[in-house]
Amino acid sequence: MSELIWNLILLILSAGLVFAFIRLARGPYLPDRVIALDLISILAMGFILVYAVRFNQPSFLDVAIILAIISFLGTVAFAYYIERRW
Amino acid sequence: MLREIVVIVLIFGGAIFMALAGLGMLRMPDLFLRMSSSAKAGTLGAGLILLGAAIHFNDFGIYTRAFAIIVFLMLTAPVAAHMIGRAAHFDGVPLWKGTVQDDLKGHYRASTHALETNSIPDNDRPATDEDEIPDNSEFDR
Repeated sequence: MSELIWNLILLILSAGLVFAFIRLARGPYLPDRVIALDLISILAMGFILVYAVRFNQPSFLDVAIILAIISFLGTVAFAYYIERRW
Repeated sequence: MLREIVVIVLIFGGAIFMALAGLGMLRMPDLFLRMSSSAKAGTLGAGLILLGAAIHFNDFGIYTRAFAIIVFLMLTAPVAAHMIGRAAHFDGVPLWKGTVQDDLKGHYRASTHALETNSIPDNDRPATDEDEIPDNSEFDR
């Protein structure tokens, strides 16, 4: 029963990942792709946290911290690039 | 046993919010609506999953770390969304055709990259390049 619920949670998260990836591939403008990438990194953080709980490995939480910091810095850098590129 | 149920409910709710953020990212009609769905629902989903993980491990160090990540996400997600939205509006990304009001139109000075209260003359406005980039997405509306 518990196994089924964990698989269901991972399935729901991967559905969100697929939606965000379609927007990353199709998004008509560069900012669309940037926010899709931002959402993908937050979803990857969610995956890592779910795995940390499921396999009882608390050290994976540090990976979540690093991923949050890097995704924020990447989004800010892309914002500077989009605003100043012409 | 009770703690396990609480953890599963929190993580399940967080996963659903994250999937809804992805769905909004796919289905919303323009960049700014997509941004609102991803910034708000994504942060809430990540916060719920983090809370569930902290309750599962039930350790002081883990609680501190989870709290730090939640505070960091809640501080940085609006900042990142604001910067991307400002840059995209400056860059001339078109709004949805059902948009009622655009208060920033004509208030960006292109030479200084600054907002001004008075209306900017036409030759110093950022170009609205709706014609240069074709809108060829079938997912738009």
